[in-house]
Amino acid sequence: MMAEVGVALAGSVRCRNMKGYSASSLVRNALQGHRYWKPLWRNPKLKKSYAVVIIGGGGHGLSTAYYLAKKHGVRNIAVLEKGYLGGGNTGRNTQVTRSNYFWPQSAAFFDHSLRLYENLSHELNFNIMLSQRGVLTLAHSHHQMESLRRWANAIRINGIDSELMTAGDIKKLVPLINLHARYPVHGGFIQRRAGISRHDAVAWGYARAADTHGVDIIQQCEVTGFDVADGKVTGVRTTLGNVSADKVCIAVAGNTSVLAAMAGFRVPITSMALQAMVSEPVKPCLDTMLTSSVIHMYVSQSDRGELVFGGGADPYTSYAQRGGIPIVEETVAALLELIPAFSSLRLMRQWAGTTDITPDTTPIMGKTPVRNLYISGGWGTGGYKAIPAGGDTMAHTIANDDPHPLIADFGLERFERGALIDEGGASGVAH
Amino acid sequence: MLRIACPYCGTRDEVEYHCGGDAHIVRPGPDVSDAEWSDYLFNRENPKGVQLERWCHVFGCGQWFNVARDTLTHEIHAVYPMGQPAPELDR
Repeated sequence: MMAEVGVALAGSVRCRNMKGYSASSLVRNALQGHRYWKPLWRNPKLKKSYAVVIIGGGGHGLSTAYYLAKKHGVRNIAVLEKGYLGGGNTGRNTQVTRSNYFWPQSAAFFDHSLRLYENLSHELNFNIMLSQRGVLTLAHSHHQMESLRRWANAIRINGIDSELMTAGDIKKLVPLINLHARYPVHGGFIQRRAGISRHDAVAWGYARAADTHGVDIIQQCEVTGFDVADGKVTGVRTTLGNVSADKVCIAVAGNTSVLAAMAGFRVPITSMALQAMVSEPVKPCLDTMLTSSVIHMYVSQSDRGELVFGGGADPYTSYAQRGGIPIVEETVAALLELIPAFSSLRLMRQWAGTTDITPDTTPIMGKTPVRNLYISGGWGTGGYKAIPAGGDTMAHTIANDDPHPLIADFGLERFERGALIDEGGASGVAH
Repeated sequence: MLRIACPYCGTRDEVEYHCGGDAHIVRPGPDVSDAEWSDYLFNRENPKGVQLERWCHVFGCGQWFNVARDTLTHEIHAVYPMGQPAPELDR
């Protein structure tokens, strides 16, 4: 059924803006020397008033705008981005999509996201290059294998695929792995439906589809304050002028605390730099994603051939969008211990994003103490995989002024009630 | 790489230290509301700018002390002992 909905929508995107992508459009444009491709979205002027203003032009902001326009028929939406579209954590993550979560609330939400990802190329008529190559979580001791067995079984009880693997199974899947490393590989479990996709394509695909539905995407427009009257938000102040809005959504990742402070409420978030790095490109040699919480490292190979890997966050508050060398050393050392053959590769690039980490590593979604002001934050180190479901459920929440059932437990009020959803283990590495 | 001046041992690399988060947080009394208690437990200023934070020289003298550090530039403005009030800073 999802496929049918997706194809129908792709059709509607095509006929509305007359720039739908297909094999024939590729051939036609190639024969014309690629001179007539149109920009993916307009570059409109900021209007004085909107029904909904979404702060943040990353994956979550753009997908929220798209589903608001498409599923809830909201017209007159603006997405305000202080830098360039998809230039924050959406363009800095390691592109992993998975739903191997322990607690039922997380599993339901993240599997909804994975299912939306599975159909997203059709839905958006934009190839996001999803490759479901699996995420393999390693255990390095008998005792850790016991706890992974519990985790893998919890995932199955949540209705999601997971499969235990012996060290021998792992060696077959990843021939380059060194099973007898400093921390020997005892086994692990794999979610085969998990995988990677192209993060820029997700941002661009949602932006193009949102624009087609009339959403104004305004780049280089920073929000500097909120207008609040009688406990209700009435608009935002920006570097391009003041805008009135019926509803406002904060979707700014690492800057969530800054925007919350502007609106006059506090959040349980610490912003930290999370690094990632890539090697020079080589021929295909790793066709799954490996992750280990013991040696603190995860690695996959991009379709350009680069090894994409990362580890723990730099262990102090930072908004710098850059990381320190100690974490690079630790992460590279862990990678080389596990796969010694990679020692001959050169490191090509290293970067960091500012992640907004919550005490239970579960996002903060829903209403805020200010009426008609909504929050989609606390994504920490795992926001990319949640982009489609985050947008879908936030759009419902904003349109109905009532949290979507899938995110009912993710609200800011859970901290006061002590109803934390501790997914500290689910990120695969400790942050 | 941060270079932090331990008040007891002198300047060392960040890998010798552990950051203990916000300084000057006062634990409220036992008769507070759930809202006040969760505010104390979980909510953080998390400023983009100067933050007052506790550090421990774990691979050195083992002593705790306070640091005023900019979270955007990582510049360290002041290091001062535990129990002392925050220094006057232009921030």
